[in-house]
Amino acid sequence: MNGMGILKGLGVTLKHFFQTYVDDIKYGGRKYIGNENFETRQGLKAQGAYTVQYPEEKLAMPERFRFVPFLVVEEPDHPDRAGHDWCTSCGICAKVCPPQCIWIVRSEDPVTKRPVPEPEAFFIDIDICMNCGYCAEFCPFDAIKMDHDYEMADYDRTGVGLHIHDKPRLSKPFSYYYDIAPTTAAEEAAGRGGWEHPDVIKEKKKSGQPVMDKPWHMLRAEDPEARAAAAAAAQAAAASASASAGPKVDMAAERAKRRQEALARHRAWKQ
Amino acid sequence: MTDMLAPVAPTELETGSALEYLKNKFPDAVKDDTRQGFGGVVIDRSKLVDVARAVRDELGYDYLSSATAVDYHGISDHMEMVYHAFRTSGGPALVMKAQTPRENAEVPSLVGVWPGADFQEREAYDLYGIQFPGHPNQKRILLWDGFDGHPMRKDWKEAYYEEDHKPFESRWPKGYVRRAEELNIFGKNVRYPADLDLSRLTDTSEQSIYSGMGLGVDVQELTAEPGQMRTDRLVVNLGPHHPSTHGVFRMVVTLDGETVETLEPVMGYLHRNHEKIGERNAWLMNIPFTDRLDYISSMGNNMGYVMAVEQLLAKGARYTPPTYRAEVIRVLMVELTRIVNHLWAIGFLLNDLGAFFTPALYAIAEREKILDFFEATAGSRLMCNYMRFQGVYKDLPERMRGTSNTLNDKIRDFNTMDYLAELINERLPRSIDELDHFLTDSEIIKTRCEGVGILPPEMGVAYSATGPLLRASGVPYDIRRMDPYSIYPELDFDICTRPNGDVYDRYLIRLDEMRESIRILKQCLPRLEATQGEDIFAGNKAIYAPRVPVGEAYGRVDNPKGELGFYVVSEGDPKGPQNPWRYHVRAPSFINLTALGQMCKGHKVADIVVILGSIDIVLGETDR
Amino acid sequence: MSQLDLRELHSPEFPVPTDMQGNVAITSLSKIYNWSRRSSMWPLLFGLACCAIEMIATAASRYDLSRFGMEVMRASPRQSDLMIVSGTVTKKMVVPIVRIYNQMPEPKYVMAMGACASGGGPFKEGYNVVSGIDQYIPVDVYIPGCPPTPQALLYGLISLQKKIDGQSLANMDDVPWYGVGPSDPVPVPVLGPDIIDPRQAELIRQQAVLAAQGKPFGVRELSGAALGVRAAVPVVEAKPALEAATASTEAAAELDPEKAARLAKREAALARKRAAQGGEKSE
Repeated sequence: MNGMGILKGLGVTLKHFFQTYVDDIKYGGRKYIGNENFETRQGLKAQGAYTVQYPEEKLAMPERFRFVPFLVVEEPDHPDRAGHDWCTSCGICAKVCPPQCIWIVRSEDPVTKRPVPEPEAFFIDIDICMNCGYCAEFCPFDAIKMDHDYEMADYDRTGVGLHIHDKPRLSKPFSYYYDIAPTTAAEEAAGRGGWEHPDVIKEKKKSGQPVMDKPWHMLRAEDPEARAAAAAAAQAAAASASASAGPKVDMAAERAKRRQEALARHRAWKQ
Repeated sequence: MTDMLAPVAPTELETGSALEYLKNKFPDAVKDDTRQGFGGVVIDRSKLVDVARAVRDELGYDYLSSATAVDYHGISDHMEMVYHAFRTSGGPALVMKAQTPRENAEVPSLVGVWPGADFQEREAYDLYGIQFPGHPNQKRILLWDGFDGHPMRKDWKEAYYEEDHKPFESRWPKGYVRRAEELNIFGKNVRYPADLDLSRLTDTSEQSIYSGMGLGVDVQELTAEPGQMRTDRLVVNLGPHHPSTHGVFRMVVTLDGETVETLEPVMGYLHRNHEKIGERNAWLMNIPFTDRLDYISSMGNNMGYVMAVEQLLAKGARYTPPTYRAEVIRVLMVELTRIVNHLWAIGFLLNDLGAFFTPALYAIAEREKILDFFEATAGSRLMCNYMRFQGVYKDLPERMRGTSNTLNDKIRDFNTMDYLAELINERLPRSIDELDHFLTDSEIIKTRCEGVGILPPEMGVAYSATGPLLRASGVPYDIRRMDPYSIYPELDFDICTRPNGDVYDRYLIRLDEMRESIRILKQCLPRLEATQGEDIFAGNKAIYAPRVPVGEAYGRVDNPKGELGFYVVSEGDPKGPQNPWRYHVRAPSFINLTALGQMCKGHKVADIVVILGSIDIVLGETDR
Repeated sequence: MSQLDLRELHSPEFPVPTDMQGNVAITSLSKIYNWSRRSSMWPLLFGLACCAIEMIATAASRYDLSRFGMEVMRASPRQSDLMIVSGTVTKKMVVPIVRIYNQMPEPKYVMAMGACASGGGPFKEGYNVVSGIDQYIPVDVYIPGCPPTPQALLYGLISLQKKIDGQSLANMDDVPWYGVGPSDPVPVPVLGPDIIDPRQAELIRQQAVLAAQGKPFGVRELSGAALGVRAAVPVVEAKPALEAATASTEAAAELDPEKAARLAKREAALARKRAAQGGEKSE
């Protein structure tokens, strides 16, 4: 009969319409409360409205989610490499980057002119970045990672440090990376053979020291006092060692200070 | 049109003997391509049309897949047109090449033999400056009239040119960042010829579009016969900003009243120089760029490109094909992509029909479920960048888990295999049935779609139409069966066809294909379970600078929109920069449009939108 | 969930007697005006490329733009308040975009969605790609990402709402469209041998004169000579120069002799190193 097809179709629309209300009753008024209901709503069994109420509830991103890259830096109180970059400025990310949006200035020792395994400057032009994740995938030191922070809208892009992310803005502590991608971080740590930077692991293995079986921030959280003492001792030892070496003590302190400032700036910017 | 079709049943010969046949028949015009890593025949360009006609009529290669130009500037200083012809009954390609000097480049047009060469030759003219005597409408297609030069020529440099090959020297170790516009004296991405005279400058880019359209009112035509409705002839522009052109596509239509007389597609509004950038990129860098071709089905694009380069890699000494698990995951992803694409296509076809947004909303709701899986596996909803040479980026994650941090608080945590199983076995079949129930019988849809935009099978083949567009015309041409790749030979599925070739059939075939995809996916699931824990990479993990042996390759896959082909040429010496010499995309959305003008002729203006919607184009691929 | 938060309208700048509270609402004209404006932002139905797909996904039921009063996507620029430039802007397309922008009535806002619209994106180096729509029309909000996820787009839209909230009716700089006369249209670019921005005509003419005199013209080798050219020609649109650290080697060398010396030293060291490695490129 003519018109039956349309009615059939409208039936589907009607079903969808009522489904939403039936669904709401099923949740018993707790549709937007609690993570469990959220998971049901966003899962395959979802019926009815499944809207993510964005500013109030935010979808947590899966671990592999890729947005703009960031650089991993060690925790500011890490016993081995406090506040040190993981990046060794080997330049593989800049070479593999498809739109060539990564710019790295390699550090040089002011005296010997030999390259120092730490970038002097690191820039990512996020107006060119295509979020492909190659830099993170091919980095041999696990030092550059893809961020989950997508809330980056700006009123201006050409200002200093806005859409060309510089090193202070790119740097985020390892605990942040562990936060957003625990499984991947664990896989990578297994690949490296420990939770420290590959260089530290190599050194420790050479000297027979034990490597960390957990990331530093977790060890610290488990036993804050002892760890703090250990960190202080390690830092003091490092300071005295470098003090005997001459003017280098200033550099290390300076670097730690700069890192602190950068992190503070980053936090301030986030708010 | 009929004279263009094969008049006699052609001889079915193997490709090798077909080439012999050609060489015997045209002894002085057809020669083997003896360059290392190259195949096919080189044809004297003066005899090209004759040879092509013999290839089509006598050897049965009725389907011209790809026609593209290559500039060998600096290697042998000639340009070359490369044609890949196939039989619709299946089998490998017959590769033909015609060479021409770079100065006054000229190759006879093959539009008379394969009308599907039309747009492709126009593109070669536009980007390479090769003249095609005999082409009925040879003018620029992607760029505008008056553009300075032919940009794909190897000696043509753009405003932001930095180096011939990536990676650029300036990035490391002294990467003092700067924006490209800071280096350009104009502060913009522009360069002008030295003799530019602004005083005499007028915008002529639109002139040739309207030439031959008869702008203005023809009084003679207005005096129609008595008893008939008096109609005006008028020229209407649809697009590039039009809600139903699926992007920035433009059609210049001449109408007689409301009836379409001619339709001329105008494109290039999203021409973002994919191929030029692709030739500067290293091999690996092109994978994320292919995501942005058909941005609804990025996994399929990855697959096509990766397969083309793997063909080249296979010519080298140390090559191991992708592992079985990698192939299963690839097929899984590609077929899920097909569903994503068809859901989208159906939803927006209905939008074009005037059912504004409800069907699209339902379709998008299902699509989001698949995108969640892509996001957890590949890292992005749209731009998956998932396939690698000889493998895939990473194995499926154990759990599709959102990670909570200060930013995001709402967590989803599903077991991936459970999620997949439920998605494939329950959710998707149910929603496809629902869509079927919702739309198929609707009288409005039938009235609007049946008998509209008919593409006869012979015409479809002649115009190189592919994918659902061709199969809806009753031609069972599916590359997954005709030129099988990956694990498709061992999978059980049918090639969907529909007999009528109208818009309604094109809608139905998308439903059919989604159901076939579900069938394939159901066969993938046990294979995934069985290969759990196996390697996803042949050999080591992905290397960022693979050494690609010299040669050419044409990799093609059956993408949701049609045949997606990648023609890649590697000229690299093992010590030099590793990047493609030629990187050409045979884009289904682009070539499927060749027949659009013919399909729309005689229909009402409202039908244009529907016909375009039923072809299902994506501008990222059309314009590249 | 997205209930109207009327509380923010009742700014208690004016003391309300206790017995009247709840019965009267006191707000400023700007506040109520901005509130109504930002809650009915109608975007232009205008998709360019990949980002448009995410824009449609944002408008669909999962992310649901209508919670922000933005679901009314208008196909006509005459009816819309917001242009979301969603995707790569090509030189061929920028002409229609500027025309469409000129057709939009004030107040109008432009949002550059994604890397391409903001600054050229991955295709920036291409010959047909504009390095950011802000080279031609003013942009209010930039959303990075390639493509920005729907949530990122929503964040951008909320940022735009915040921007609108900050516009005071009392300040004519904030709301120039209430000033005298119609706003000036943006000059429409011309497609010549390359795209020509009419605002740049003078600069292009000077370059042509230089070329006619056989002086260095063009852009390829900017070191030295071409930089001199740049200094001699008044640049129409001076880009805000980045800090010294981000400036080019050559430019830095011209600015600061000390730095130049350091860079020269570094160059020399690099050359020595290369020579030591037998000229082969370090991997």
